[in-house]
Amino acid sequence: MSAKIGASAAEMAQALAAGETTSVELTQAHLERIEAVDGGLNAFLHVASESALADAAASDERRRAGQLSSNLDGVPVAVKDVLTTTGMPTTCGSKILQGWIPPYDATVVARLKAGGLPILGKTNMDEFAMGSSTEHSAYGPTRNPWDLDRIPGGSGGGSAAAVAAFEAPLALGTDTGGSIRQPGAVTGTVGVKPTYGGISRYGLVAMANSLDQVGPVTRTVLDSALLHELIGGHDQLDSTSIDKPLPGLVTAAQQGALGDLSGLRIGVIKELQGEGYQHGVLARFNEAVDLLVDAGAQRVEVSCPSFTHALAAYYLIMPSEASSNLARFDAMRYGMRISPEGIADPSAEQVMRATRDAGFGDEVKRRIILGTYALSTGYYDAYYGQAQRIRTLITRDFNAAFDKADVLVSPTSPTTAFKIGEKLDDPLSMYLQDVATIPANLAGVPGMSLPSGVADEDGLPTGLQILAPAMADDRLYLVGAALEAMLEAQWGGSLLANAPSAPTGMGGQS
Amino acid sequence: MPEITREEVAHMADLARIDLSDAELDHLAPQLSVILESVASISEIATDDIPPTSHPIEMTNVFRDDVVRPGLSAEQALSGAPEAEQQRFVVPRILGDEQ
Repeated sequence: MSAKIGASAAEMAQALAAGETTSVELTQAHLERIEAVDGGLNAFLHVASESALADAAASDERRRAGQLSSNLDGVPVAVKDVLTTTGMPTTCGSKILQGWIPPYDATVVARLKAGGLPILGKTNMDEFAMGSSTEHSAYGPTRNPWDLDRIPGGSGGGSAAAVAAFEAPLALGTDTGGSIRQPGAVTGTVGVKPTYGGISRYGLVAMANSLDQVGPVTRTVLDSALLHELIGGHDQLDSTSIDKPLPGLVTAAQQGALGDLSGLRIGVIKELQGEGYQHGVLARFNEAVDLLVDAGAQRVEVSCPSFTHALAAYYLIMPSEASSNLARFDAMRYGMRISPEGIADPSAEQVMRATRDAGFGDEVKRRIILGTYALSTGYYDAYYGQAQRIRTLITRDFNAAFDKADVLVSPTSPTTAFKIGEKLDDPLSMYLQDVATIPANLAGVPGMSLPSGVADEDGLPTGLQILAPAMADDRLYLVGAALEAMLEAQWGGSLLANAPSAPTGMGGQS
Repeated sequence: MPEITREEVAHMADLARIDLSDAELDHLAPQLSVILESVASISEIATDDIPPTSHPIEMTNVFRDDVVRPGLSAEQALSGAPEAEQQRFVVPRILGDEQ
């Protein structure tokens, strides 16, 4: 069984095509893996064994009939609990939505189903995607498969941990300020935040509409490309969806894996290194950049001075949008309803106030209040208006940098995974985790995180971030696949194959 | 920029329709002050001649064809309601004694 779940999604698809396994067998193996390890990890909030096996049987039937729905037909997938799914609860990691079963599928979930991928279940997350550690989930933290005392990143820690621990070969995440990329970095997995508008958000429970994006969470660059192509592209149900075809992502990943980056200019961002970045993170980053140069790329230094204000702008824009979005949780149409104590015949408003107090956790309350403040009369121009101007400056910095370089690179996260509880009551220190990932969300450009190695000081994974101009997501896959191939040649296999989370018998097999 | 006081936090919570307890106010007010202090720097960076960005990829007038497509049935729409009756949401009273 372990060899089966240790493969990449692309290899699983090949094994299915060759008749070496069936979707039912693959799905069963993953469900058994979840059963065996998720007690310690808490990566899943809901496991959909029955429907996953039924979907797998249907996939095997299609294969027998020679009518496959996609090139990933039959390969199982996990879905972050912020995306709506019919027949499965969607809680967003919040008590206020406990047990809610949505009456419609998110477009990306509908595309998974149409592509024939059995959905294993829903993954844990910081409540309403607010956090960088998954500790803000109302259903308990997810643990990092590399070290169960540490965080798996956030908000999509559940998806990243599930993929890192071989509970699923593929998962969907969402990224508002780094929630796909930072968990990828600290768990040794690959995560992509596509261009804003590149993947439909219909059915994504919104935190900050001008920043949120859905994206793939996988163990290899090629797997991300396969999943990205399956779920991406225009959707009439999302008015912010880009009405143009995606660039060829799988082709770019395949070309990149050949390892020739001749003529490509790689921009190293001056502002995203140095002080505040852990030694081992920087060491692995610099070695990776050297490898890219060995593959023929040209290294250029770029400066993006406004990036130093990105975190501040983000922590005004995001809470402002979140406070408006979360107004929908009013205890009237769906979700929790609680009556205030000691009031005989409470009004709708009193019920609403009591429910929102009981249903939301600390971080959600912090951000709603911060957003309400930033949008209130007298402060709107000083906070929200100014933050939107900084956003323009950041976009201008990106434009200038992309005049000098085809892609930009930085460490994904300034540190490796920290200990559970370490930053829980120090929001500012938690927010700093996203310092390198936030600029891409503010400007709408695509970004990828992929493993760059492990830090010498703690043996934990480090991530490298690649950024490309809007709509040029293919460049992420070209450069990412090239780097991945060179690093794996050095390591003698994937980083995860030798991780403590790898299934027994897998280490060193490649 | 001013520090956010406990009273202001209470006022914001009121506007956001969240009943915060005294203990929660004591806990949250100082944390919010620290966060606001850290974002205060932006007031000096961007000048008025820089246009604000509301969405990263600008689009105007996004239309789709006006065609009939299936929507939610009343049963589906009410499926998550805390209380429903006769195909309607049941809500607590919306008027106070003084109205």
